[in-house]
Amino acid sequence: MTEKTLEHILEQHEEMAVTVEPNWIRIAAPASRLPELASQLAPEWAFAGIVPENDPKTQSLRLLYVFYARNGPWVGIEVRNHDQSIPTISNILFAADWQEREMEDLFDVQFEGHPQLGDFVLHDSHWPEGTAPMKRHSWEIRQKTTESRNLSTPRIVEASGSFVMPIGPIFSGTQEAIQFGLETVGEEIVFAHIRPFYKYRAVEKLLEGQTPSVALLIAERIDGLTAFSHSLAMAQAFETLAGAPVPPRVRLLRVFWAEIERIRSHMQVLAGILESTGLSVPANLIQALEEDLLQLSGALTGHRYLFGLVRPGGLSRDWSDTEIENIVDRLGTILEPSQRILDALTFDNSFLDRLEAVGTLSLESASTHCLVGPVARASGINRDLRVWQPYQAYDQITFDVPVQAEGDGYARFRQLCQEIVQSYRIVQQIPPLLPAALSQTEDFGITQAGTALGYAESPAGAVICCVSANSRGMVERCRVITPGLVNWHAFPQSVRHFAFQDFPIILATFGLSVADLDR
Amino acid sequence: MLWFRKGLDQPVRTLTPKTSSTLHGLSPGRPAPTPSRDAAPEDVCPTHALKEHDGVMDVDYTQCIQCRLCRQQSLKNKMNWEEGFHWAQMTSTSLPDAFHHSVHVRVVDAGDCGACLNELHQLASPVYSLHRLGIAFTPAPREADVLVVTGPVTVSMKETLEEAFQSMPTPKRVMAVGTCALSGGIFSSSFAVAGPVDRVIPVDIAIPGCPPPPLALLDGFRLIMGARPENPLDGRVRK
Repeated sequence: MTEKTLEHILEQHEEMAVTVEPNWIRIAAPASRLPELASQLAPEWAFAGIVPENDPKTQSLRLLYVFYARNGPWVGIEVRNHDQSIPTISNILFAADWQEREMEDLFDVQFEGHPQLGDFVLHDSHWPEGTAPMKRHSWEIRQKTTESRNLSTPRIVEASGSFVMPIGPIFSGTQEAIQFGLETVGEEIVFAHIRPFYKYRAVEKLLEGQTPSVALLIAERIDGLTAFSHSLAMAQAFETLAGAPVPPRVRLLRVFWAEIERIRSHMQVLAGILESTGLSVPANLIQALEEDLLQLSGALTGHRYLFGLVRPGGLSRDWSDTEIENIVDRLGTILEPSQRILDALTFDNSFLDRLEAVGTLSLESASTHCLVGPVARASGINRDLRVWQPYQAYDQITFDVPVQAEGDGYARFRQLCQEIVQSYRIVQQIPPLLPAALSQTEDFGITQAGTALGYAESPAGAVICCVSANSRGMVERCRVITPGLVNWHAFPQSVRHFAFQDFPIILATFGLSVADLDR
Repeated sequence: MLWFRKGLDQPVRTLTPKTSSTLHGLSPGRPAPTPSRDAAPEDVCPTHALKEHDGVMDVDYTQCIQCRLCRQQSLKNKMNWEEGFHWAQMTSTSLPDAFHHSVHVRVVDAGDCGACLNELHQLASPVYSLHRLGIAFTPAPREADVLVVTGPVTVSMKETLEEAFQSMPTPKRVMAVGTCALSGGIFSSSFAVAGPVDRVIPVDIAIPGCPPPPLALLDGFRLIMGARPENPLDGRVRK
């Protein structure tokens, strides 16, 4: 169905050059036609993000607006910049709002009609406007030295007695650094502002000039708790560039560990939700089970967070059949008590009162933000790259993608619980499918320059990674679109009109990582 | 009330020195100094942690990110690997006796990927139960004895970190956690990173690792408290 729509759209724009590659359609569009194309694609395609790349002919910067759909090819709209401004599409696709602000800050691309550009990734008190560190392949980046930093967030509420409640960048417990400004006249949050990028480490800049092997080490440190999915997404991009098929055993084992990571990450979010509602007994019990999973990963892969496991073209080690079966058994014994705890919670009124109809994100709001992951699925969007664009061995496996309708805190809680059940179901299917172990090939090389896309459904949502490499196999440019970048955008929307005491609970139900957003 | 009873029904999960010695996966281990002729070459290390020195391939733990590239299958010679978790290093010359009984800890994230923070968070779980050792997390730097800093200090977090340090009452200690906090690790060359923690505030205890496992963190806290038992899970040890 999506392909028919695409044909129909392309018929209307016959003058545009269309390049068809395997699983990938590129449309070269003049900047002025971009909003029209975007609004035609928007109903059926999900907007992934904006990827900057070098035009192979002129070496000038061009932007690629990436869209994806269920079972359809990926669609990229190529827009040349030529140092002119590009019309904003954030009024059509609100999801593009943050992406455009990011492009403006890092590449100095101007978006005509965008209401709020500047002071986003690079805080104005540290870097002058127009620094554009990613525009050139240069490491000389000017930094401001004198000027006190500005910790205030914007104000838009003008009611009498209104004030801003500042939160962060350092706040409770072991929370990550991010800043919120909650505008209020008393009890209710009237408007919420979010100021991210305190932790900006310039990962995408750092990736330039790296070998695939080191690039994966950097990718997994974008977000340590979903490291495996991040490096898997990037490894797939490298493998496409190298044209090297991945052995079937590796593909299955990658699915195996990706699902174990999903279970562990969901368990951590669930513990956070329980802690935020003040139920410390179940929170501690779930946290102890998370520790069991960390130990399981540590004992069998050499790293508790699965760092260093994905290598270009393979995995850093292999396991015997008995080891794999033992892991599945152990998972069963860890998940059995967790299921009992989570089931008991659905009968706990004091718990339900805090989650039900709290932090509601409507289907409409979730769609305009193009949300991904469990947050999107809890608001009724059935979007999952494992099903939409099966990668690795997901096409050999049967599983369901649970979806909730309500979009409130309780829906997000149930979503996580049900996804854990499905992940265990996936893990159980893998041992009988595994072909006999092969001696792993370690020689992996990219010999041809090019651009490739890699993607994975991380526990928090779609990680989409676009790598341009040169003929020596080094990364020229890399863009990582993380679930954090997409989902944090909708968070201020969900806390509006709820009370202050709900704020930490809503934050916990989103289960978002700041490191994933800041990169 | 209901949950309290359910909690009591559960088996005791807290690790003891005895049970921790039988478990695997508590610590990822790290490369150990290896005689040069059997060691991996210096250039396999992406963070330049391997340095040859008098016939021994030494490991600079402030740089090592435990990526295990120095043990990859294609290498003829591999680095030795050591288990264990006594990783905490005192970096100030001496620590005055001040925190024998308990310490209050404030954690500051200065650009962490989330793994170090989660290992710190894991300390509060019943498995490690740091409270029984007299250690507690506190929300405000003004009530803290120890400032734990994770992550390579980013440019945007530098002043916030300085302020947090200055608002702490004396005597105070700073514990830098994780390879990023000690040297910048894999992020050291980034333009958005202001440098390791000791370039911003004085560091007393350094705990290498990417991330350091909870037992290594406990080892560091026990070192601050003046008692460093064979196993950091040992009950209160008087000096």
